[in-house]
Amino acid sequence: MSAVRTFIEHYNYVITILLMMAGLYIVVARGNMVKKLVGLSIFQTSVYLLYIEPGKILGATAPILDPAFKVYSNPLPHVLILTAIVVGIATVALGLALVVRINEAYGTVEEDEIFERDRDA
Amino acid sequence: MALLTLLAVVTVAIIMQRSLFGVVVLFSIYSFLMASVMMVLDAVDVAMTEASVGAGVSTVIFLATLHLIKTTEMRQVNVKLAPMLLSVVTGGALIWGSMILPPFGRASNPIHQHVAPHYLENSIKETTVPNVVTSVLADYRGFDTLGETTVIFTAGIGVLLLLRGARRRGRNGEDRDAS
Repeated sequence: MSAVRTFIEHYNYVITILLMMAGLYIVVARGNMVKKLVGLSIFQTSVYLLYIEPGKILGATAPILDPAFKVYSNPLPHVLILTAIVVGIATVALGLALVVRINEAYGTVEEDEIFERDRDA
Repeated sequence: MALLTLLAVVTVAIIMQRSLFGVVVLFSIYSFLMASVMMVLDAVDVAMTEASVGAGVSTVIFLATLHLIKTTEMRQVNVKLAPMLLSVVTGGALIWGSMILPPFGRASNPIHQHVAPHYLENSIKETTVPNVVTSVLADYRGFDTLGETTVIFTAGIGVLLLLRGARRRGRNGEDRDAS
C-alpha cells in the first residue's frame, strides 16, 4: 500500500522524466534535424516542469500578495523558469537558422544524407 | 494528473508522427497543455509566457523554417534499439532516484524553508510590488534578467547573420520574416 502511495505522491516526477526521456530519444534516434529540435524543446519543457513542481503547495495560491490569502506557492522557481523559457526560444531560433543554412548548402535536412554527401566530396 | 497524462500521450504522438507539419502542430498542442499544467501549479506568469512564447512564437518559427526548407515529410524511420535502451535505462534510474524526493505539495518541504519566505514577507515592504514573481525577477535578481537579455541579443545577431548570408547568395531569393 505504501508503495502505491509513494508512486502517487511522485506521479508528477514520473511523467516529467518520461517526457525528458522522450525528448532524449527523439534527439538521438531521429535523423531529421527539425524533428531533433522539437525533441530538444520537449526535453527543455520537461525541465521547466521539474523546477515548477516542487514549488507548489497544495491549497496555496499564486504568489501575488493579497490580504485575502495566507499561503502562497514558492515564487523562486517561477522566476528561474521565466528566464529559461525565453533563453530556450532564443536557442531554438538559432538552431533553426542553422537548419535553414544546412538545407541550403546540402539540399537536405536528413542527417545520414548529409554524411553521405560529405563522404563523396 | 489528467493533464500530465495527456502531455505524455501527446509526446508519444510526436515520436510516432512522420509528417513534419504534424509534428509542429502537435508540439503547439503540447505547449498549450504545458501552459495549463503550469496554471494548475500556481505559476501564472510562467503559464502566460509558455502560452505566448512556447505555443505562439516557437510554432511560427518552426513553420517559417518548414516554409524555407520546403520539406514537410521525413523519411521512414524504424525503431532503433540502442537509443531506446539508453532512454529506458536513464529514465528508470531517474525515476528510481526521484522516489526519495519530498512528496508533492507539502508546505514542510525543504524548498519552502529557504529564501522564498523572505521574498514573500518582504516584497511589499521593500519593492511595493504585490506580484512576487515580478519583484524577484526585476528587483532581487535583476542581474539574471540582464544576462538573459544578453543571451537573446546574441542569439538574435546569430540568426540575422546566418540568414542574411543566405539571402545575399540569393539561391532561392525568398525573404525571411524576422522572428
